Amino acid sequence: MITLAATQHPPLIPAGLLTMAYLVAGLLFVLSLGGLSQQETAKRGNVYGIIGMTIAIAATLLSGITNFAWLIPLMVIGAFIGMVLAKRVEMTSMPELVAMLHSFVGLAAVLVGLASYLNHGDAAHEMVHQIEILLGVFIGGVTFTGSIVAFGKLRGSIGSKPLLLPGRHMANAALVLVCIWPLGVQFIGAEGTGGLTALIIVTVISFVLGMHLIMAIGGADMPVVVSMLNSYSGWAAAASGFMLDNNLLIITGALVGSSGAILSYIMCRAMNRSLANVIFGGFGTTAGATPVGGEQQGTVTETSAEEVAGMMDDAGSVVFVPGYGMAVAQAQHVIHEISETLRGKGVEVRFAIHPVAGRLPGHMNVLLAEARVPYDIVFEMDEINEDLPETDLVVVVGANDIVNPSALEDAASPIAGMPVIEAWTARTVVALKRSMAAGYSGVENPLYFRENTRMLFGDAKETLTAVSEKLG
Amino acid sequence: MPLVLSIEIVLIGIPKEIAARECRVAAAPENVAKFIKLGFEVAVETGAGQAAKFPDALYEEAGATVLSAAEIWAKADILLKIRPPQEGEVELAREGATLISLIQPAQNGDLLERLAKRRVNAIAMDAVPRISRAQSMDALSSMANIAGYRAMVEAAGEFGRFFTGQITAAGRVPPARVLVIGAGVAGLSAIGTAVKLGAIVRAFDTRPTVRDEVRSMGAEFLELEFEEDGTGEGGYAKVMSQEFIEAEMKLFAEQAAEVDIIVTTAMIPGKKSPVLITGEMVRSMKDGSVIVDLAAEGGGNCELTRPNERVVEHGVTLLGYTDLPSRLPTQSSTLYGNNLVKLLGLLGGAGEFKLDFEDEIVRGATVVRDGEITWPPPQTAAPSPPPKPKPPALQPREAGEAKGSSALSGILLGIACLLLLALGWGSGTEFLDQLTVFTLSCFVGYMVVWNVTPALHTPLMSVTNAISGIIVIGGMLFISSSNQAVQILSGVAVLIATINVAGGFRVTQRMLKMFRK
Repeated sequence: MITLAATQHPPLIPAGLLTMAYLVAGLLFVLSLGGLSQQETAKRGNVYGIIGMTIAIAATLLSGITNFAWLIPLMVIGAFIGMVLAKRVEMTSMPELVAMLHSFVGLAAVLVGLASYLNHGDAAHEMVHQIEILLGVFIGGVTFTGSIVAFGKLRGSIGSKPLLLPGRHMANAALVLVCIWPLGVQFIGAEGTGGLTALIIVTVISFVLGMHLIMAIGGADMPVVVSMLNSYSGWAAAASGFMLDNNLLIITGALVGSSGAILSYIMCRAMNRSLANVIFGGFGTTAGATPVGGEQQGTVTETSAEEVAGMMDDAGSVVFVPGYGMAVAQAQHVIHEISETLRGKGVEVRFAIHPVAGRLPGHMNVLLAEARVPYDIVFEMDEINEDLPETDLVVVVGANDIVNPSALEDAASPIAGMPVIEAWTARTVVALKRSMAAGYSGVENPLYFRENTRMLFGDAKETLTAVSEKLG
Repeated sequence: MPLVLSIEIVLIGIPKEIAARECRVAAAPENVAKFIKLGFEVAVETGAGQAAKFPDALYEEAGATVLSAAEIWAKADILLKIRPPQEGEVELAREGATLISLIQPAQNGDLLERLAKRRVNAIAMDAVPRISRAQSMDALSSMANIAGYRAMVEAAGEFGRFFTGQITAAGRVPPARVLVIGAGVAGLSAIGTAVKLGAIVRAFDTRPTVRDEVRSMGAEFLELEFEEDGTGEGGYAKVMSQEFIEAEMKLFAEQAAEVDIIVTTAMIPGKKSPVLITGEMVRSMKDGSVIVDLAAEGGGNCELTRPNERVVEHGVTLLGYTDLPSRLPTQSSTLYGNNLVKLLGLLGGAGEFKLDFEDEIVRGATVVRDGEITWPPPQTAAPSPPPKPKPPALQPREAGEAKGSSALSGILLGIACLLLLALGWGSGTEFLDQLTVFTLSCFVGYMVVWNVTPALHTPLMSVTNAISGIIVIGGMLFISSSNQAVQILSGVAVLIATINVAGGFRVTQRMLKMFRK
C-alpha cells in the first residue's frame, strides 16, 4: 500500500494503477541490471532502466502532486546538470563522477528523511516509522560525506594516504552508540516535531562518521570503497522506501544495495582481504608493512623505447597489463595505436585486466573501450594467467602490486595470497614506470629485478608514443 | 694502493682480431654509436669488421674513424678486443692505455706480467663477477648463449634427418631425440634451439635448481635416484661425489643408446673437462648420430672428442669446435659490444672514466692496474648467494577462510532468522509486507548482479547510480507540502536526485557505446 503523505489533491490516476506502474518500473530495473551482465545486452539494459525510471516518475507526477511550478523547473535543471556532467566527464574521471553521484543519493535520503519528519506535523508517531526515519537519515548521512571524501581522494584534492587517528575504532563505535542512546531514544520518545534537534544531531554525527570512515582508507582501496558506497546509497534509498511506505524505493534500493555489496565482495576477493580489513585497517597499519625479505634483489635492467619497439616487432604475442598509472598518464590511446600496428603485423595482442586495477571496478575496461580497443581482446586475470607462459612479451603499464610475484611466493609479504597477474612467467616483461617507488602497499616488487624484466622509465604516454613512432 | 684511479680517456681503439679463424670484432657499428653517446671518440682498424660482415663504411657512418693497426695501437686510450692479446700486441700499446678483452688471467700469468711491465691497465671481460648486477656485462654468458645455439645448428647440419617429426604423404618421420648435458647458459640455449626445431629434448644437470627452467623451455629434465646438490660457486656446478658420478654415467649410457644428438657443456673453469661420454657409449649410439662437445677446449666431455676438429668414430660425428661463437660473428660481435657498452658506462663514460676498486665488478674484472697485477681479486663475500629454495606457491587463503566464513554465515543467518521472527511478533503487517519485498529484492539483485561480467562493472555502477536516483520520488511526494521548510528540503532532494537519474543513464549510455568488438 502506498501512502502519499503530503498529497492534498485527489490523484489523477487510480491508486491501483500507481502501484502497478511502480511494479513495472521495479521489473524494468531488474531487467536493466540483468541486461548489463553481457556486452551484447548491455545497451538494452540501460534502455530498460530509462523506461522504468520514466514510468516511475510519470506515475508519481500523476499521483496527485501539486506545486508543479516549483517541481518542474527543479527537475529540468537537475536533468540538465546531469546531462552536462555525463557528457563532459573524462573516462579517467569516472570514479569521481560515480562517487559524486553516490553522495547525491545519500544527501537526498537525508533531506527526504528530514522532510518526512517535519511533514508529519503533530500527528502521533509510530515507533517503527520513527526508527525508519532515523535509520534512513543515518545511512544517508554516512553515504553523503563518505562519498564526498572518496570523491576528494579520487580527485587528489584530499591526500590518498589513510588518516589513522588513534583509537578511531573506539571513536566510531562511540558515535554509533550516541545515535542510539541517548539521541535515538530521545527522538523516538518525542511528540510532534519535538525530536527534530535529536534528529539533526544524529545527521551531523552521521556526517562525521562517514567522513572519518573513508578518511581512514587509502587511495588504492578505492575500488572497494566506491563499491561499498554504491551499496550504502542503495540501502539509504531502501530505508527511505520503508519510511515512505513506498515499495518501489524499497525494491530499487535493495537491488542497488546488493549490487554494490557484490562488487565490494569481488574487489575484496581480488585483494585477498576481507571487507572488514579494508574498512578498518588499510595497508600500512599492520606490522607487515615494512618490506619483508629486506635487501634489494639485485639491479634492474633499463631499456629504451627503441629496444621495446624492437621487442614488440619480434614478438609473436604481446599482452598489455594496464594499471592506474595508465589512467593517470592517459596512455590508453597510444596503447591502442601500438596494438593496432602490431595486430596489423600479425602479432597477437591481448590485454590482461586485474579486478582491482584502477580506482573503480571495471575502470580499465572502460578506458580501453574509450580508446577503441575491441573488448574481445581484453581478458580478465583468470582467463589469461595460464596463457602467459607462452607469451613472448608482457608490457606492464603503470601497474605494480597487481603484478607482484611476492604475493604468491613470499608468505611474509603483506600482499601474500592476493591473486595477481603472473606477468613474470612470460618470456620477457617490459615494465613502464615513472620511478622505482614502491606500489601503494609499500611492498617492494621483485618483478623489476627479474632477469627477464626490462624497465622503461618515464611518463607512460611519452615513452609509449616514442615506442609507437619507432614501430612506424 | 689508492682505491680509485681516474684516467683521462678520449679515444677508443678497436683493432682487428689477428688470431687464426677468429671472425669476431670487439664492437659492431651500432655499439660504436653508443660509445660515442657515452662521450668517447672511436677509431676502428681497417677491415676489423670484415669477417663479421661489418664493412668499414658502416663504422664510419656510425661516427668512427678508420685507421691503420699501428695508428690504433699507438693512439688509443682504450683498446677493445675479444681474444687475449698475442705475442707482440701488448708492446704496441702506449703506456697508460687500458685494454679490455677476454684475458683468462688464471692461465695467462705471463701476459699479465707483460701488461704490468708495459703499464697497460687491463680489464678481463671473463673475470667480471657473476653477480646479478653485472649480468649485462657478462661476456661469457653472451658467448655461451651463442655457442649453445650454434652447437645445435652445427648438429643439425651434420644430422641426416629432420629434427621435427612429421607425417608426410610418403610416410612418417620420427622426431630427433636430443640430450643436452649441463643446463647452464649454453645448455639452455641449445635446449631452446632444439625445441624450436621440433626435436624431443632431454637435459641433465647436477644442479636441481635448473629443473624448472629446463621444463619451462619444453624439455624433459632427467633425474637420478640420488640426492646431491651440485650447485657450486660463481654459477658453475661443483665436482660431485664418486657415487653420484657412477649413477650419472649409468644414466648417460642408457640415454646414449636412445638419442640421436648429444650436446655436452660441462666445463669447470681452469680445469680439465670431466669425461661424461665414454668411447663405449659412443659405440652404442646409432649410426649417423652427432655429438657436439662444447667443453672441447678443456679436453672435451667425450673421450673421443678432438679439440677443433670434426671426426667420425663408430659412425658417430663428433664436433669439437672451440670457436662456435666466432662461427656466428655478426651476432657475437654485437652482443660482446653490448657488454662493452654497459661496462664502459659503469666505468664512468668518457668524462669520469675511473677504475674504482670499491665497486665489486670493477675490482673483480681489473687484472692489471697502473703497473700492478691485481689478479686474483681479494675474496669478498660469497659471489653468488645460494639459490633460495623456492617456496611452494602460496595458495590463496581461501580454503580455511571459506570454512570459517561458512560457519560464520550460518550463525549470522540463524541470528537474522531469529530477529525476523522477533520483528514479526511485535510489528504491524504493513512493515512485514515491506520487509518481504525488501528481502526478496535483495535476493533478486544478488542473483542478477552476480552474473555481470567484470568488464561491465563500471557501467553497472553508473546504472545503479541512475536507478538509485529513484529517491527522487521521495522528494516529489513532499513537494506539495504546505510546510515551506519541507518544500525546500524536498525540492533540493528532487534536484540532486534528478542529476543522478539523468547523469547516470547518460554516462552509462556513453560508455556502452564505446565498447566494440
